[in-house]
Amino acid sequence: MFQTIFPYLLTGISVGGQYALIAIGYTMVYGILRLINFAHGDVFMVAGILMVYIVASGAPLYVSIPVVLILTALIGFVIERVAYKPLRSAPRMSIMISAIGVSYTLQNLVLYITGGLNQFYPKIPFISDSVTIFGATTKMVTVITPILTIVLVVALVLLINHTKIGMAMRAVSKDFETSQLMGIKINNVISVTFVIGSFLAGVGSILYFSNYTTVIQTSGAMPGLKAFVAAVFGGIGSIPGAVVGAFIIGICESIIKGLDVILMKAGLTKQMLGLATFSDAFTFALLIVILIAKPTGLFGEKITDKV
Amino acid sequence: MSLLKVTDLVVSYGGIEALKGIDFEVEQGQIVTLIGANGAGKSTTLRTISGLVKAADGRVYFEGRDITDYDTQKIVETGIAMVPEGRRVFPNLTVLENLRIGAYLRKDKDVIEEDIEYVYDLFPRLRERSWQLAGTLSGGEQQMLAVGRAMMTRPKLIMMDEPSLGLAPLVVKDIFRIIRTLKDTGMTVLLIEQNANAALHTCDYAYVMETGRITMRGTGEELLASEAIQEAYLGKKSQ
Repeated sequence: MFQTIFPYLLTGISVGGQYALIAIGYTMVYGILRLINFAHGDVFMVAGILMVYIVASGAPLYVSIPVVLILTALIGFVIERVAYKPLRSAPRMSIMISAIGVSYTLQNLVLYITGGLNQFYPKIPFISDSVTIFGATTKMVTVITPILTIVLVVALVLLINHTKIGMAMRAVSKDFETSQLMGIKINNVISVTFVIGSFLAGVGSILYFSNYTTVIQTSGAMPGLKAFVAAVFGGIGSIPGAVVGAFIIGICESIIKGLDVILMKAGLTKQMLGLATFSDAFTFALLIVILIAKPTGLFGEKITDKV
Repeated sequence: MSLLKVTDLVVSYGGIEALKGIDFEVEQGQIVTLIGANGAGKSTTLRTISGLVKAADGRVYFEGRDITDYDTQKIVETGIAMVPEGRRVFPNLTVLENLRIGAYLRKDKDVIEEDIEYVYDLFPRLRERSWQLAGTLSGGEQQMLAVGRAMMTRPKLIMMDEPSLGLAPLVVKDIFRIIRTLKDTGMTVLLIEQNANAALHTCDYAYVMETGRITMRGTGEELLASEAIQEAYLGKKSQ
């Protein structure tokens, strides 16, 4: 039984880690601007495309990986300055529409450059290698992803709780005006948030596309949506929530994909039922159930304000 | 030369003039208060001085410098701190972090630690609650924290917007005691109050605002003795 489930569990944890790295960007931006940054999934996709082109230009991996991460962070910064900052005092709906606009702009731009053809993601030695654990053969990336995710999340939580900029981020997320009265430059803090979110999405894209091998202009849509669901699931605005939510969704999704095989090997069914088809629908069904039971999500904001 | 000088200040929100050209001054080392009814423009005045609202006309001078066009961050650096209406402590930060964030622009690490100790000596209750989230404090404690946080910017002028609002009478007494303590330490205070009685008893000089204009001015004693003030703000009927 364990032998049957384990590979799916392993894949699930890995996919969950990749969703987590994207979900943090959604949740941090929401925490500070109360904005669902619909372009975030596309930033993730653009990071993949950048990698394809930079490696194709002949740059060695130890150059192209850092360059991709820096450029992705820069794209996040520029998107905020160009598309969201001018709308700072506009109604939230306007900024959301601007985000949708950015999302399609990035997709169309990539379509224009690639001609809509699948781009093959470069093989990264070591993380693309095969490895066998507990009898399950998988790519090294499957093992690296959850470890790297946890390391990055711990670093991020330390940054937010124990540094000056982290303190400013927490303050700004509660109260723009009073933060300004402390001398905090709101726009700088918001930019830092976008830079961190995009950087993590860049790391996520390297792990994700090493596994899925091709990138196309719509590649960001599904992982972006799943990561968004994970962020809402965990309680949007909460970083631990987004991470836990992402791992739960990744694991559930992967187990459902393997449910037919698992059921057959367990002798419960005699033929394939095609349940794997429902793995995406399941993600959303899970979200609906959670939101009915706990509208603020798993780690939704506690209310400590006293009036 | 006065520490703060406001000349002919006009502020409008969407075509409506909230301030219709006001003039006033705050002398170094004094407690100056603006009293007046709701909507008289008191909060707007403070928000304009601190750069949160832009003036349509008029000038604000601080230590003789024209600071009208400075942004909020620069105004804080110049030495004006604000204790906003409703305290507005950061509920998700600890008491200590709330104080540290007051010193956000300062680089003198050692002096910051001394100043935190100084605030804790002034408000021992905050020291006891140092690691508590500010959102869990009582209203009076939050007000102390908001004052302490403003002091952490090392200001030359502290502006307070309705510090007694929504607090129990005993706590209000405490707050006014704190304001006098600030003055004793050499601080200059610009205070907005609806509690005209307490404000006039505490202040050195006062201005009365009505619908965007300053209608009266004088020392606390002078205004307390004025019949018009007694009738309008202190609830006493003239004989």
